[in-house]
Amino acid sequence: MPSRHPKFEIIPRALVEDIIGEAFDVLARVGLFVENREAYDLLTAHGGRPAGPVDPDKGTGKLTLPIAMVEELLELAPNQIRLKDLRGETEVTLAPGRTHFDPGSAALFLHDPAAGVIRRPATADLRRYVRLVDRLPHYHLQSTALVSGDVPGPCSDSYRLYLALRYGRKPVVTGTFRKESFAVMREMLETVRGGAGALAQFPPAIFDACPSPPLMWSDLTSQSVMDAARAGLPSEFVSMPLTGSTAPITLAGALVQHAAETLAGVVLAQAAQPGAPVIWGGSPSAMDLRFGTTPMGAIETMMIDASYAAVGRFLDLPTHAYMGLSDAKQVDYQAGLESGLGIILAALAGINVVSGAGMLDFENCQSLEKLVLDHEACAMAYRMLRGVERRDEVMALDLLAELPAGGHLLTHPHTLKWYREEILVPGKALDRRARGADNLADLPTAAQRAQQEVERLLAAPEEPWLDEAVIRELDRIMEAELRAAGAAGLPKG
Amino acid sequence: MNPNENIRQAVLDGDASGAAALARVRLDAGLSPLEALDPFIAAIREAGDRFELGDFFLPQLLMASQAMRAALEVIFPPGQAGPTLSRGTVVAGTVQGDIHEIGKSLVCALLQAHGFTVVDLGGDVSADRFIEQIRAVNPDLLALSALLTTTMIQQKMLLDRLAQEGLRDRVKVLVGGAPVTTQWARDIGADGYAPDAARAVDLALKLVEK
Repeated sequence: MPSRHPKFEIIPRALVEDIIGEAFDVLARVGLFVENREAYDLLTAHGGRPAGPVDPDKGTGKLTLPIAMVEELLELAPNQIRLKDLRGETEVTLAPGRTHFDPGSAALFLHDPAAGVIRRPATADLRRYVRLVDRLPHYHLQSTALVSGDVPGPCSDSYRLYLALRYGRKPVVTGTFRKESFAVMREMLETVRGGAGALAQFPPAIFDACPSPPLMWSDLTSQSVMDAARAGLPSEFVSMPLTGSTAPITLAGALVQHAAETLAGVVLAQAAQPGAPVIWGGSPSAMDLRFGTTPMGAIETMMIDASYAAVGRFLDLPTHAYMGLSDAKQVDYQAGLESGLGIILAALAGINVVSGAGMLDFENCQSLEKLVLDHEACAMAYRMLRGVERRDEVMALDLLAELPAGGHLLTHPHTLKWYREEILVPGKALDRRARGADNLADLPTAAQRAQQEVERLLAAPEEPWLDEAVIRELDRIMEAELRAAGAAGLPKG
Repeated sequence: MNPNENIRQAVLDGDASGAAALARVRLDAGLSPLEALDPFIAAIREAGDRFELGDFFLPQLLMASQAMRAALEVIFPPGQAGPTLSRGTVVAGTVQGDIHEIGKSLVCALLQAHGFTVVDLGGDVSADRFIEQIRAVNPDLLALSALLTTTMIQQKMLLDRLAQEGLRDRVKVLVGGAPVTTQWARDIGADGYAPDAARAVDLALKLVEK
């Protein structure tokens, strides 16, 4: 029997419309800084108007974007995106009603409970991370969530993608750290997919592009958006208004700025390639006014996330948010509270790509243990999204009528028929057993149970996923890139 | 295919009438009762192992246990002596005044799955009935469940009664149930406490080895 999936509406439709209207006005009347020459010229050619002096060296500056121009280009953006895994088998569709979780990116540090420290990760850590994500089925996407410390800086973006492709299976959320890297990253993706046409038809990767608040599209991000658009690879816009600092203190004000910055990204992508796939994403933050930090676990951060997703959905675009992260430094109660809230709210808000699992310390530190625990929250979110279903016309009366005094339904055919659909069985990281000890030391914490689960999952042997020839070609491309940057070759591990 | 695959399936599927019919076929083929029982024991142990692994859930385990019981009743009709290959005999029940049986039934199912012979006396069992059964069956273990703080005292009263009747040294006593703790088990002089069915089996195995 049909059921109504739970959802929540954080802001009324009228406010969504007002936010969009004011964002159009911001672009038309205030304008934005475009620091990339090609993007500046491209936007100007499509109707953008210089709104300030042009930098004589760079040929860039501030542009206003007329309302009609933005409306016209916005119209070209597709309303759904079809990704496929690295072998082109499983499809992950970004469309209304679909929520997909992936680990938060990109962390410079790894939480290492075995060593008892937070440290820079290296190749072996990234490989463990990639394999773990593969073994956790509620992550439909992987992300290049860690930056490996054992390769030259200029290769750190392409190298993390290389490891994701080499050892993972799922589509990858990634991005560039410098303009030159896009070419080699595209080459690796084409190698995996078998050519440029196939790459655009079912992309195996999403490229994050982060405008700089307030209202600036940098050289690097503008280039990434144009490059991705021409390759048919989705750009995920990650606008990051920081309330009270680089954006208005009011949540509604930050939402207007987010919409203006993100609309500019949509416009740039469509100007570069009409019909280019784009994702209405973000990573806003309600600044902590005591410490000057950017809390991802603040309730206001999550309110902005859910609200801009409503704006994106109103514009008929796939959506993304950084939710399921925590500002805690350990895998503790705060980590669970902030991440669990984020994951459940993101699911209820109908966000298509939810990035954040595993992440601690704002967006700086990945934890494999937290990835395992957040995966349980994702399982709960998917269960919740299925809603309360009416299985029977008469729901309980008949069952209760036939039950003797003190009887139970454990072996009743009705129980056997429905228990798998109705009741989610959590993994081993969550403790639902009866207590077996009185000493606290004998009762493992969630983090300790998750640590065991990480090792159990990673003990399964690694199975090759891509063809041998593809793997050899990926190795060749990456090795050449590393040597050009001064490395001796592919790192061990 | 494993010639006993149909028996395995009947037990794992919780098909009691199928299991009983298959037990009858084995007896009719001239097998001794113990030979006839063998594949059923393998199947019920598999159910127990799968429960431990998280692959089987309580409803399936209870169904498998019911199928096993149906086969046992064909092979060893009630009133006859039980099988001797058992790891031990357990008399189990929920104490007087307490009708909560689910936890106790799970313990019984898992004990049976691990090769114990189980005499399940049900819920609201009087001290007299426990004493009578201990005399009749001479079990290795007595498993006492209590789900209420008001009835857990019955566990202590029964242990005192066992001592008065001179039976305390003849049987190891396990206690369990929501309000019961390790400390309570110690206080009343029980031989062990387990917080759930799986750990009750571990404890039972340990106690019969001693």
